[in-house]
Amino acid sequence: MARKITYQQAINEALDQEMSRDQNVIVMGEDVAGGAGSPGEQDAWGGVLGVTRGLYHKHPGRVIDTPISESGYVGAAIGAACCGMRPVAELMFVDFLGVCFDQIFNQAAKFRYMFGGKAETPVVIRAMYGAGFRAAAQHSQCLYNIFTHIPGLKVVVPSNPYDAKGLLIQSIRDNDPVIFLEHKALYTMEGEVPEESYTVPFGEAAVVREGHDVTIVAMGRMVQKAQEAAAELQKAGIHCEIIDPRTTSPLDTDTILESVEKTGRLVVVDESHPRCSMASDIAGLVAENAFGSLKAPIRQVTGYHAPVPFSDALEELYIPSAAKIIAAAKSVKEYK
Amino acid sequence: MSDIHTITMPKWGLSMQEGKVNGWLKQVGDAIEKGQEIVEVESEKIAGAVEAGAAGVLRRQLAGEEDVLPVGGLLGVIADASVSDADIDAFVADFQASFKPAEGDAEDQGPTPQKIEVNGHKLRYLKRGEGGEPMVLIHGFGGDLNNWLFNHEALAADREVYALDLPGHGESTKDVGEGTLEALADTVAAFMDAVGVDAAHLVGHSMGGAVSLTVATRHPQRVRSLSLIGSAGLGEEINTGYIEGFVSAANRNALKPLLGDLFADTSLVTRQLVDDLLKYKRLEGVGAALGTLSGNLFANGRQNSVMADRLSGLGKPVLVIWGEEDRIIPVAHAQAVSGRVQVEVFGNRGHMVQMEAANDVNRAIARFVG
Repeated sequence: MARKITYQQAINEALDQEMSRDQNVIVMGEDVAGGAGSPGEQDAWGGVLGVTRGLYHKHPGRVIDTPISESGYVGAAIGAACCGMRPVAELMFVDFLGVCFDQIFNQAAKFRYMFGGKAETPVVIRAMYGAGFRAAAQHSQCLYNIFTHIPGLKVVVPSNPYDAKGLLIQSIRDNDPVIFLEHKALYTMEGEVPEESYTVPFGEAAVVREGHDVTIVAMGRMVQKAQEAAAELQKAGIHCEIIDPRTTSPLDTDTILESVEKTGRLVVVDESHPRCSMASDIAGLVAENAFGSLKAPIRQVTGYHAPVPFSDALEELYIPSAAKIIAAAKSVKEYK
Repeated sequence: MSDIHTITMPKWGLSMQEGKVNGWLKQVGDAIEKGQEIVEVESEKIAGAVEAGAAGVLRRQLAGEEDVLPVGGLLGVIADASVSDADIDAFVADFQASFKPAEGDAEDQGPTPQKIEVNGHKLRYLKRGEGGEPMVLIHGFGGDLNNWLFNHEALAADREVYALDLPGHGESTKDVGEGTLEALADTVAAFMDAVGVDAAHLVGHSMGGAVSLTVATRHPQRVRSLSLIGSAGLGEEINTGYIEGFVSAANRNALKPLLGDLFADTSLVTRQLVDDLLKYKRLEGVGAALGTLSGNLFANGRQNSVMADRLSGLGKPVLVIWGEEDRIIPVAHAQAVSGRVQVEVFGNRGHMVQMEAANDVNRAIARFVG
């Protein structure tokens, strides 16, 4: 049995192993060293939640604390990538995307295309996302859909420690800009992770559970919620198939369509706001390409078209729950 | 009440917590002999049949098709026809009232694999059982110690039995060095030194059979007997399409049809089996290890080490076990050595005969090693 580590440790290990393998891999961002290297400090926090802890001393000079200026250091990381480095820049909360959006969507995402394929931009931008942390409306959003919309970006949303390590190593080795999004509520999740280095390819969905009644497509933290729901639904005689796309761009459309062709029913679970979301994107994909297989309308279980609330009670209501997924799956199973 | 016997959800492998009923092979009222297969169940990794632990009549089926039960949960009841229904109902009620599924992580239950340093290689192994003449189980190309999921515990009933991951496999070091049968055999001998086993019964599957034969040639004093299952090293033919495909397959769709070649019943290839093998193949160093081994052992579409003519000269008891429908290494290799050594061929079984006919294979080996 492989050893178990947390999602957070898996990300740290991926960074450590890639920094050891390739001297061009650097880590930069606000507080990623977190005081390490200051006079009298042996090691320090390593990012706001300690994800990069320990890397500063193992890889001297290659973990760079930056000023609180996302527009500056994200641009610098993209420029360094064009010049042969493999920077992993940490945006801290994905909600801060707004101040460096030009660097990401109008520069990094376009270089390969606009320079006739001659430019490569092997940058990874890591950020944490998601609700459930009592961090209020400006630190709780799920913005993977915005990046997914932009051609030229690859977007990764790992749901467990094994995928987090393998997908981050793949992200660092990829020659295009990759947005790597970590759900903050998953950092403490434990799972079996090999000690060796390994990669998980982009655009390959995981079939988390097999079933023949209802297809549930879920990503990030919602995979756990879908698993809770499917275990309950099984007791009621409804057998769910859970598909975790793992990357929203590229998206493994074949695995989703093949599953819906088998089950005839689709529930999409997406923590994001409902409009122009991954849920609506996948619902559209299935409606257009597997309409003839559908036995019931597609159901989307999402957050609301409202900021994520700060109140504990309201925030819990905002996040898609197992109960809501169960209700959606039952409604499509019982539809006549 | 002692005449009432339970059929419970088995535990196949360390990670198994629950299993699903695939279907009953015997119906209520059927007479049952000890050792007969009663019900088919599947874990997330593998499907198989549960055997009757005692003779009698199948009196109750307590789980239906597609029901999921925790390990140890009550599937059915066997009892003599003379036991009253009331006694059986009381027994079942009693069992269900006192049954508690095992809690917590699988690590808390039973033996767990260890790692040991051997000649600069880190090797993973799992030891079960105590005392007796030791046995070592050696998996095949691309396999690992989990290939013995259905065999390890049964074989360890009256002896210590070690299953190891060869270099390049499972959770052992991925560096295979020269990647020859000789190097692998020397690693097995060094492993035996490291765990303090002087001489052992070697049980090898496929490439592991060729490794066992090579141990017997190079380190004869370390080998008490050889049980060779669907073994390499007994003839030239091998399904190189499988070997090459396995080495190059990069995703589920490429790998899944290949794995069907391992079993007579291709429905035994579960999603979990495919995913586990993909995870293994994606580890750094595995591609190189498998490439080196297949290049040395199976170059030019044939097996490059044929040791069948050495069998009689080894001076060791040899048992050869094969699945008649083996699509990786032909059963003709077993038939060719029959007469010189003991041969058992199981009909309607494939290359992974130790999984497909686990109970038969376990009995054959137990009888053979005595």
